[in-house]
Amino acid sequence: MGGVTVQNLQITASNPDPALLDLPWDIPLEQWPAETLAALPRGISRHIVRFVRLSGRVIAIKEIGESVAYREFELLRQLRRLEVPSVVPVGVITGRKDADGERLEAVLITEHLQFSLPYRALFSQALRPDTATRLIDALAVLLVRLHLVGFYWGDVSLSNTLFRRDAETFAAFLVDAETGDLHRELSPGQRSYDLDLARTNIIGELMDLAAGELLDEDVDEVAIGDALVERYNELWEALTVSESFDSNERWRVAARIEQLNTLGFDVGELAITTDIDGTTVQIQPKVVDAGHHSRRLLRLTGLDVQENQARRLLNDLDSFRAAAERQNDDEEFVAHDWLSGVFEPTIQAVPRDLRRKLEPAQLFHEILDHRWFTSERAGRDVPMAEATQSYVDDVLRHRPDEKAILGLAPGETDELFG
Amino acid sequence: MYLIMATVTYDHATRLYPGTERPAVDQLNLHVEDGEFLVLVGPSGCGKSTSLRMLAGLEDVNGGNIYIGDRDVTDVQPKDRDIAMVFQNYALYPHMSVADNMGFALKIAGNPKADIRQRVEEAAKILDLTEYLDRKPKALSGGQRQRVAMGRAIVRQPQVFLMDEPLSNLDAKLRVQTRTQIASLQRRLGVTTVYVTHDQTEALTMGDRIAVLKDGLLQQVGTPRDMYDTPANVFVAGFIGSPAMNLATFSVTDGAAQVGSARIPLERETLAKVTEADKGHVTVGFRPEALDVVGQATESAFPVEVNIVEELGSDAFVYGTLKGELASEAHLTSGAGDNQVIVRIDPRNVPQKGERLYVSIRPGQAHVFSSATGERLS
Ligand SMILES: Nc1ncnc2c1ncn2[C@@H]1O[C@H](COP(=O)(O)OP(=O)(O)OP(=O)(O)O)[C@@H](O)[C@H]1O
Ligand SMILES: Nc1ncnc2c1ncn2[C@@H]1O[C@H](COP(=O)(O)OP(=O)(O)OP(=O)(O)O)[C@@H](O)[C@H]1O
Ligand SMILES: [Mg+2]
Ligand SMILES: [Mg+2]
Repeated sequence: MGGVTVQNLQITASNPDPALLDLPWDIPLEQWPAETLAALPRGISRHIVRFVRLSGRVIAIKEIGESVAYREFELLRQLRRLEVPSVVPVGVITGRKDADGERLEAVLITEHLQFSLPYRALFSQALRPDTATRLIDALAVLLVRLHLVGFYWGDVSLSNTLFRRDAETFAAFLVDAETGDLHRELSPGQRSYDLDLARTNIIGELMDLAAGELLDEDVDEVAIGDALVERYNELWEALTVSESFDSNERWRVAARIEQLNTLGFDVGELAITTDIDGTTVQIQPKVVDAGHHSRRLLRLTGLDVQENQARRLLNDLDSFRAAAERQNDDEEFVAHDWLSGVFEPTIQAVPRDLRRKLEPAQLFHEILDHRWFTSERAGRDVPMAEATQSYVDDVLRHRPDEKAILGLAPGETDELFG
Repeated sequence: MYLIMATVTYDHATRLYPGTERPAVDQLNLHVEDGEFLVLVGPSGCGKSTSLRMLAGLEDVNGGNIYIGDRDVTDVQPKDRDIAMVFQNYALYPHMSVADNMGFALKIAGNPKADIRQRVEEAAKILDLTEYLDRKPKALSGGQRQRVAMGRAIVRQPQVFLMDEPLSNLDAKLRVQTRTQIASLQRRLGVTTVYVTHDQTEALTMGDRIAVLKDGLLQQVGTPRDMYDTPANVFVAGFIGSPAMNLATFSVTDGAAQVGSARIPLERETLAKVTEADKGHVTVGFRPEALDVVGQATESAFPVEVNIVEELGSDAFVYGTLKGELASEAHLTSGAGDNQVIVRIDPRNVPQKGERLYVSIRPGQAHVFSSATGERLS
């Protein structure tokens, strides 16, 4: 630790990394030397946030009031326990002093979410035109999941969300829990306020990108904000609404469960009530858990990936099974053979230095896409190995590295966020 | 500027959280006048945030009603209540001008451009931001950025402003500054405001009136002066004022409250309110500034041993221990702890630690409460 000042740092962490002590805590975060920092993109924020490489990983450090820091740390821990996609809290450091003995702000440390893409980087990368829609879909799923576990966010925005590629869609993660609150259950008022705030914030953030000429002129900011509200309401309804039917239509119970599975949710508890004479049945999902496909894939193969990646991998597993005519074999055995015979060789065929550009499951998904595309063009079934080689040469080599550096959006500098 | 004002009324409003036995807010009756700055204050868990969230529409109301003006909003969605939660989030957009940062919500709502600009300019005038309107937020200081956030709420011209501990993450110095700014801004705007804090000093300095809550029950509503001069019960007496009021048990004998040598004559009406349940006792409250340092021989003087002297420039306080008979019988409490008494003294004449002082309660400055119910008798 620098200077003559005796630091009396208090570190609260579940598993503290001693290397944390070597960081220059006696300097305000804003003035940390560039060589300590990792230049990764960030969203808009009021507090100073910086990324730092530490023991082979990257951490995010946010300067914030002490009591708020502890509160946010605790909330992030609870969200993790509730298995909601959110950044992983590392710890809180208080008791910082500068060289003159002046008190410095406390910090909250989280693990940098690998492969995460802040919206400012995504929108300005000129990705496919429906990027906005897919981001909004992902945010709607996250908000519904948060609301299902009783989390009131209080400041839903694109800046407070991180996105990761999830097959052809995105998966959203909560990054800023500062204004949040966990309740046993949310009231309709809390949900609608959160949603309304989300809509206003998203439109504001898009208007900001437009003002900075970072957004395609054709984008309708208000329509995107409205789309979130619509998507959220559809999903909430599908997951929670109670439906009644005649008692001889009992197949509708199974149909409802299947509908929820298709949406990516498992039904943990379903309330079924019948009226006194038993002519009508009423069902309502009580406990639903996201991750239907990712849980199934994890069980079969041990691969821990996002929902839509899992869906894609499971589809490939199904075709593998059909092609090998092994429908009557135990699913676990087939999955094991698919993993060692298809998935792993494909990933290993990608040169190591290029592999880090995307998550393995995302790589596999893109190779499947590429294979479909080249097969169609060639008018024949291109084998996986050949497709992989062509994908590496024609696509992957030219893609930005998404594990580490994306850089700020073109035309943006750090000072903008002062 | 525009003045769309509204009253706020809680009518037996109750909130019972699922899975809990006692209401977090219990039959709250409270009326806030047009343009008034009302502060909800009380210790942690007393129900002040819940009360505010009920008004905002964020919490279901399980009993009673809430009105904004004449309109029953009990079952109205938050966004349709015409209220603004201030300081909830004030992330500013770097590419947008200060004016656009303030007015973008109106743009979303589809207000005409000219109308937006006019509202933004009016708000900027009040907030002292006029010259920055066409600049980017980067050019603003921290305090100015916070005022832009306030501007966002102002341009929407809500009927009511709601603020829940807006200063809690500021440091002590900035907190005192911002406190004054918010209070004077609110007076200039004249918008009805409900403000939540756990800090009684903040409440006393900011509110036109204060509502003190404890365990979900409203204890008293009144002006800062009312709360200070005539606290309605022992809880309010001990909660409002800094340092806190001394509270002690006295017995009622010969038309006076007495413990050891300390004796306070009681008014006839006060005496008449003492009931059998009080078992011949009353709780007497006296603020640190209601004590005079006197000679040992003075009638009704009682001894205090000095533990600490706190000097605060124009004021000085002794934190001492009661001595003599009082010590065992008075069950004295103060902000400093059991058997501790706080005395304001002349800062030019400060006693030593360990010294023994004699003090007496200035006539007419004692607060008398029922020892059974804690309600005010005097
Ligand atoms: N663990 C993390 N992994 C990746 N990015 C992160 C992480 N933590 C923070 N960030 C980035 O830093 C930005 C700012 O962080 P955060 O939202 O927590 O700050 P804040 O000052 O509390 O924001 P606000 O003004 O919304 O309250 C985020 O938008 C995100 O892009
Ligand atoms: N969502 C909830 N579910 C159950 N109980 C709750 C919930 N929110 C608050 N409570 C309880 O209701 C009571 C009042 O809480 P409330 O937050 O309104 O108090 P407060 O006066 O604002 O306290 P603080 O100053 O600590 O914020 C407390 O006992 C609290 O534990
Ligand atoms: Mg944030
Ligand atoms: Mg935040």
